[in-house]
Amino acid sequence: MRFVDEYRDADKARALAARIAALCEPGRAYKFMEVCGGHTHTIYKHGLEDHLPSAVTLVHGPGCPVCVIPMGRVDDAIHIAERPGVIMTSFGDMMRVPGGRGSFLDAMARGADIRMVYSPLDALKIAREHPGRQVVFMAIGFETTAPSTAMTVLRAAAEGIGNFSVFCNHVTIIPAIKAILDSPDLRLDGFIGPGHVSTVIGCRPYGFIARDYGKPLVVAGFEPLDVLQSVYQNLVQLAGGRAAVENQYARVVPWDGNPKALAVINEVMELRPHFEWRGLGFISDSALRVREAYAAFDAERIFDIPGGRVADPKACQCGEVLKGVLKPWECKVFGTACTPETPIGTCMVSSEGACAAYYNFGRFSRDRVKEATRT
Amino acid sequence: MSSEEQVLERIERARRRKPRVREELITLAHGAGGKATRTLIEAVFLESFRNPLLEPLADGAVDGGLAFTTDSYVVTPLFFPGGDIGDLAVNGTVNDLAMCGARPAYLSAAFILEEGFPIADLRRITESMAAAARAAGVAVVTGDTKVVQRGKADGCYITTAGVGMADPAAGLSASAAEPGDAIIVSGPIGEHGVTVMLARGGLGIEAADLVSDTAPLNGLTARLLEACDGGRVRCLRDATRGGVATVLNEVAGYSEVAVVLEEDAIPVRPAVRGACELLGIDPLYVACEGRMIAVVDQRSAGAALAALRAHPLGAGAAVIGRIAEDPPGLVLLKTAFGGTRIVDVLVGDPLPRIC
Amino acid sequence: MCLGIPGEIVEILSDRPDLAKVDVCGVRRAINIGLLEGEALVPGDWILIHVGFALSKIDEAEAKSAMDFLESIGQAYEDEIAALRQSMIEQG
Repeated sequence: MRFVDEYRDADKARALAARIAALCEPGRAYKFMEVCGGHTHTIYKHGLEDHLPSAVTLVHGPGCPVCVIPMGRVDDAIHIAERPGVIMTSFGDMMRVPGGRGSFLDAMARGADIRMVYSPLDALKIAREHPGRQVVFMAIGFETTAPSTAMTVLRAAAEGIGNFSVFCNHVTIIPAIKAILDSPDLRLDGFIGPGHVSTVIGCRPYGFIARDYGKPLVVAGFEPLDVLQSVYQNLVQLAGGRAAVENQYARVVPWDGNPKALAVINEVMELRPHFEWRGLGFISDSALRVREAYAAFDAERIFDIPGGRVADPKACQCGEVLKGVLKPWECKVFGTACTPETPIGTCMVSSEGACAAYYNFGRFSRDRVKEATRT
Repeated sequence: MSSEEQVLERIERARRRKPRVREELITLAHGAGGKATRTLIEAVFLESFRNPLLEPLADGAVDGGLAFTTDSYVVTPLFFPGGDIGDLAVNGTVNDLAMCGARPAYLSAAFILEEGFPIADLRRITESMAAAARAAGVAVVTGDTKVVQRGKADGCYITTAGVGMADPAAGLSASAAEPGDAIIVSGPIGEHGVTVMLARGGLGIEAADLVSDTAPLNGLTARLLEACDGGRVRCLRDATRGGVATVLNEVAGYSEVAVVLEEDAIPVRPAVRGACELLGIDPLYVACEGRMIAVVDQRSAGAALAALRAHPLGAGAAVIGRIAEDPPGLVLLKTAFGGTRIVDVLVGDPLPRIC
Repeated sequence: MCLGIPGEIVEILSDRPDLAKVDVCGVRRAINIGLLEGEALVPGDWILIHVGFALSKIDEAEAKSAMDFLESIGQAYEDEIAALRQSMIEQG
């Protein structure tokens, strides 16, 4: 596969790893946060940490849009889905995310009509095919996914489709990064920046991280060599005493992003004054809602939703994990009470969550495994 | 022991605890072949039916020279590229017997039909069952028919049971794998699951040259057992629901060994790979209906591979890994990138993801 | 956080200019290219696909220069290893 396989080459990884090791000052430990859950997935799926020297730790950030959906919003979505005549649609990622009253899968078992779609346009297609039903798309995702939802609403408006609406849960990445940077117990040396969000928002919005906080950020692609190279570029900056925004993923990310995508988001959606993030709490200006002009396509206006809050369980230490203060296995309930089958906290709910990724892919002692995997 | 290792030990203890069904209602995950299915079987079915023949939870039960198995078939759509529910229902049960090292002989077929189901479709299904039975050398010797009201079923469900002649000396068992053994897959993985997923049409993805791998494997297993001396084939499993990953986790768990896979060595056709990349799923968890995993003594690995490759259904066979001693119960994957990760059992179906 | 996959445009649909047929490893899907307004897309171009939409056109020149960098590091590494071996032989 072009643009994929060449970025999974083990020999190039070993060469880059040698450079990374050489850049580490003796006795110094480095912590880099990969903001994006897609990077977390890449790191574990390819066993990338095996190439990193022990001085370099990767901290898994808040960029999993499924993980950060608060339980109350899942309950609201299920409330809509259980109304007579409704077909609820969403991505496969949402199906097992637990709310206070179980997940979509549980709601389906109780009789709700919930369907998995690959694209929001597929949800619109279902609406066309079922004119007598109200089809709701549970929209999740960062700026990467929001333009697709906005385009779908614009299409529905153009076609005059009256039985389609969006339950909007889109979130924005910059306020979350800022919340993490402002947390007092944080110690990070730099950031691996979210590649696909940046195809939309570009690289400029990260400027304040280098300017005001003095931390490097390298926008990175999603193949393992991309991530390894962005660690290298972070270390080169630190070695040179610099902090700048760099774009490792220039093959996909234009420096200024995608203006058309930003324009359609802005046409259909506006910032919410505040939104609750699971594990991080309320963050100002961190999510999007449908504008008044498109009220006919806004499930929050069409349906009367309870909007209840469900507090995260006390035992859960996801907030600390998301900020990189704790490693997943340092949480008290990790792997015993909280597992992918019975997730308690946000980081365990999606395969991109830091805890789920560690549990599913990395739950072994590297020293013991060295012997088993020796050839 | 480091504190991380202590946590890992604690987790392994938690994983060995007796499973408990937490849900109040059956969800689709209970039928997906992953952890939820396993929990349901152990906590509900095994709890009620417990006996020494059932307890190994193998593909079938073997008592002396007799092997017996059953399976139900529900698939949407009923007809898909490369097969239909009819040949699935024959091949699946034939394969379960073959995985016990048995020679399949007789099948039963029970049909649950929905009011309004076209007779022409039923005829198409039975014709394809007959053809599959002929190809596998078995006869459908008994059966049953029930019709339910419109809306109470999805067209046609089929349950088949099969009996076969087993060789008690073969000693095939998921608990028989030993460190050093080779792990062989009989061909490229994931073709059935991806074909059916795309045939449903909802994803809008087309794959012109992709067909289901549904096939009877009894000819292949007979060749393999013949080519290896007695006891050298430790275990055979067809990689159906849950795919190769789930089957190998069973071997690692029952045999208390580690399974070490080489990502580079696992055969996956480009179209399966493309569809899996688009949907964000891992071919290791996608169902096959005509592929098996053989765990073979390393001294017989060459002979086993040659025997498989000499058969048309095993032409794409490959050694994909080996059994190691430690850490017991885990399936490890050495990635093409030069790292290592775990391959765990999924909770339910591999769901398409966007993130 | 967002699964994006590179695919190659094989056809721009004549009746729907906002849709392109895109090939990923032999499987094909209609992808909405409405977000790439202003890009002159033609068959053979590679795009990044996310939930049925093209988010960006892949820049072949940037891809090549990134690969050249990775290859130069790989080459330098091999040269160093070779030099190390040589010096060990000479010392031995």
